[in-house]
Amino acid sequence: MKRVVVVDYGMGNLFSVCRALEATGASVLLTSNPDEIQNAERLVLPGVGAFAEGMAEIGRRGLADPILAFAKTGRPLLGICLGMQLMFESGEEFGTHEGLGLLPGSVVMLPTSNPTFGSFKIPHIGWNKLAMTGQCKSWNNTILKNTAPDSFVYFVHSYECKPVIEQHCIARTEYCGCTIAAVVRKDNISGCQFHPEKSGKTGLGILTDF
Amino acid sequence: MKNIRIIARLDIKAPNLIKGIHLEGLRVIGDPLEYATKYYNDGADELLYMDIVASLYNRNQLLGLVERTARGIFIPITVGGGIRNVDDAHALLRAGADKVAINTAATKRPELITDIAKRFGSQCMILSIEAKRVTVGKWEVFTDNGREHTGLDVVEWAKKGAQLGAGEIIVTSVDQEGTRHGFDVDLVRAVSEAVSIPVVASGGMGQPEHLVGVVKNGKADAVAMADVLHYNRFSLPAIRQYARSQDLMVRDVPL
Repeated sequence: MKRVVVVDYGMGNLFSVCRALEATGASVLLTSNPDEIQNAERLVLPGVGAFAEGMAEIGRRGLADPILAFAKTGRPLLGICLGMQLMFESGEEFGTHEGLGLLPGSVVMLPTSNPTFGSFKIPHIGWNKLAMTGQCKSWNNTILKNTAPDSFVYFVHSYECKPVIEQHCIARTEYCGCTIAAVVRKDNISGCQFHPEKSGKTGLGILTDF
Repeated sequence: MKNIRIIARLDIKAPNLIKGIHLEGLRVIGDPLEYATKYYNDGADELLYMDIVASLYNRNQLLGLVERTARGIFIPITVGGGIRNVDDAHALLRAGADKVAINTAATKRPELITDIAKRFGSQCMILSIEAKRVTVGKWEVFTDNGREHTGLDVVEWAKKGAQLGAGEIIVTSVDQEGTRHGFDVDLVRAVSEAVSIPVVASGGMGQPEHLVGVVKNGKADAVAMADVLHYNRFSLPAIRQYARSQDLMVRDVPL
């Protein structure tokens, strides 16, 4: 049986993430214990909320080093929503804050208007399509390997990740004319801006493939 | 264009799913989890549970239901009714809710909106507004299922709620609720144009045309519906198909 450790750092809908992983047949351990995190077979960094508070909560529990040590082992790591954002170098929510730095790039506020669409609503809340990015030839060997392009998943966010290296972004979505990084991947590290645990069957499929 | 969310609204008087007219005259429909599961399988984009007698009795009895729901239903769940403080919200979020909808407590203590937004993020904090038409282009905020006046103007209160940190607003027309005569489109448009956060229209959905009207003319970002689904007047796939035929964007639901 697949064993997944979910990092409990006080942010977000931990219950839903754990239940969804269980629904895929995994056994789930929710913990803030540094050893259990560092020695996990598979690690999920979930989260909803603000970047600065997320990093502060990770820091308060002494979890940054165990997460970074885990990432170096080559075992699978998945960041969800805020968890994905925290894997980048910096975030600009309520000032500039340092992230975990696993992926080069920053987290910036979504625009509230653009020339083609005019002004629009933030947060970006709702179901939206996953599209393969131009630089990504295939989703084989990724968490999207069994996900059809144009599948709908559930987003809720006001900030977006801007990866420095284009190849790290394997799926994007469009919101009111803005192109948003929906899934990032670098070696064993994956992140999704949407919530697979809230994306019905499509989301459960993605968690199954993690 | 952006995708419109279709939200199944389930009003609860524990332990039953109920339905009223103008939020009163409640009738028992059945087991909420059974209906919620059906709507999940039929492709509802979100679920909304409202404990509609909670604030009358100062309690919220939905914790157990929310937990049971979150075990097998993997779409966003919003819970409202009787949430008085950050701890109440926290308990519901821990039980598996993704967002809380707050009406009465926010009108009494607006800083609660900020407290919840700061603690859990704005995306968790939905301001629920029960609106009654006063005159053309003017609505008053009510609480306790449209029984209690607050003296607040709906549009001003919506703006203030957004400033205080609400991530979304659900506006229920007490006048239209349960009538199946359609939404108060003017109300929804007035609120939607006043704020830069998403607005959910609620109250009055009787047929698919109503959804299209409140999105196109009322600028709703999402549409909540109850009666039309509970009594199986139209199915979610039929509603989605109609919306698509009228050039609205809705999600494709995998089989």
